[in-house]
Amino acid sequence: MNAGEVFRLEQVRKVYGQREVLAIEELAIFQGEILGLVGPSGAGKSTLLRLLNFLEPPTFGRIYFQGVGYNGHVPLPVRRRITTVFQRPLLLEGTVAYNVAYGLHLRGRRDFRERVAEILERVGLSALAGERAHTLSGGEAQRVALARALVLEPEVLLLDEPTANLDPYHIALLEEIVCRQNRERGTTIVWVTHNVFQARRVAHRVGLLLSGQLVEIAETEAFFERPRDPRTAAFVRGEMVY
Amino acid sequence: MALQRLFTGDPELLGIVLLSLRVSGTALLLSTLLGIPLGVVLGLKRFLGRRAVIALLYTGMGFPPVVVGLVVYLLLSHSGPLGSLGWLFTPKAMVLAQTIIALPVVAGFTMAAILGVEPALRTQILALGATDWQAAWTVVRQAHTGIVVALVAGFGSIISEVGAVMLVGGNIAGSTRVLTTAIVLETRRGNFELGLALGLVLLLIALLLNGLVLWLQGRSIER
Repeated sequence: MNAGEVFRLEQVRKVYGQREVLAIEELAIFQGEILGLVGPSGAGKSTLLRLLNFLEPPTFGRIYFQGVGYNGHVPLPVRRRITTVFQRPLLLEGTVAYNVAYGLHLRGRRDFRERVAEILERVGLSALAGERAHTLSGGEAQRVALARALVLEPEVLLLDEPTANLDPYHIALLEEIVCRQNRERGTTIVWVTHNVFQARRVAHRVGLLLSGQLVEIAETEAFFERPRDPRTAAFVRGEMVY
Repeated sequence: MALQRLFTGDPELLGIVLLSLRVSGTALLLSTLLGIPLGVVLGLKRFLGRRAVIALLYTGMGFPPVVVGLVVYLLLSHSGPLGSLGWLFTPKAMVLAQTIIALPVVAGFTMAAILGVEPALRTQILALGATDWQAAWTVVRQAHTGIVVALVAGFGSIISEVGAVMLVGGNIAGSTRVLTTAIVLETRRGNFELGLALGLVLLLIALLLNGLVLWLQGRSIER
C-alpha cells in the first residue's frame, strides 16, 4: 500500500447467487481526494460503496483501509470512520436536530448541541432544527442526511447519487457543501453519480464502472479530454456504451 | 344495574372486574414479553424455518380460544403432564390460556409493523455507525405505532374471550369468575338485564383502555 492511500482494493469480487456484480482488479483511493465514479445503472457503483463502508464483505479479495486488509469482520471503530449519504434520504421520526444528532447518540456522545447547531448552520437549516423531519421537502431532507453524516466528522464520506432527485438549486448547494468539506477538512470523498457533468465539476479523479468492472480511472481532465478506453470516450460523449 | 352496583362499590362485581383486568393484564404482559421479541426477530432476520414459524403464528391468530382452553385443560388436569402444578380452576390457568391466545396476535402484528419499516432504513442506520443491536432497536422504535396496535389487538383478543377461561377457570364465584363468564352465567339464569349491563362494563373497559392507547399513540405521532 502506497503512502497517502486510504483504500486499496485488490482482486475484489462481489457475487450474489450466480451473478457477479463487481470485479475490481485494483483500485486505490487517496487521502483528501474527491473520486467521482460514473457508470450506468447496474454497473456496480452502489455495491462498491457498500463494500467501502464495510456494510457487507466482498465475496473474494481484500479491502485495505489505511493499510489494514479486511474481508469479513471489521471492528466498529474502523467502520465508524466512514459514512454514506444515499440517494433517497430516510429520516427518523423526530425533529431535524434529533436526526442530525442520531449518529452521535449511537456513539454515546452527549455533548452535541453546539456541534449539531454548527452543522445545521453549514447546511443552511438552522431555522428548521425543531421541525419534524417528515415535513421537509426532498432537498431539505437530503441536506439533513448530509448534515447527519458530516456531524460525525468522517474520514471518508461516500455519496451514492445524493443529488439524483434534487432541483438545480439544491444540487449546487450540496456540491458546494461537500467540496467545502473536502477543501477545509481534507475529508476523502467517493462520489457516485450518473451525471458526468457533475463528476467533471466536483471530482479530482474520475472512474468509469461498466458491468461491475473498472474500465478506466484518471485525473478528471484526462478522463474527459484524453480517455484511453474507447468505452470511456463513448460514455463521456453521452453515447450508449452498455 | 351492574353499573349501579359497580359504582356503589358492590364487592362481588368489583372483584369480577378486577379479576378480569388482572388475568387479561398479566396474560398481555407475558405475551408482550414473549411476542414482541419474537415478532422483531421474525421481522428483521431471515433464517431456516422462519416461514414455518410465521405459518404457525398465522394459524395461532385464527385458532379458536375454546380449543386452546381444551389443550390447556388437558395439560393441567390431574392426569396431564402439568397436573402436579395444581393450576386447574385457578387464575393461573386462565392466564396461561390467555397468554397462548394473545401471543400469536402480538407477535404477528409486531412482525408486520417491523416489516412495514422501509428496509433501506436499516442500511442507512448501519452506515451511520450503528451496531446490529442499535440498528434493530432503532427499527423497533420506528415501528412503535404498529407495535402499540399489536398490544391493543392482543388485549382485545383476550379480554372478550370466554371459551378458554370457562374451561380452565371453571367460573367459580369469588375465585375464577370474570366478566365474560359472568355474562354467560347470568344469561343462562335468564338475568338478561344483568348480562347486558356486565357486557356494557366490558365494553367500557375496552373503550377506556383503547382510548388511552390512542391518546398515547396520537402524542407519539405528533412528536
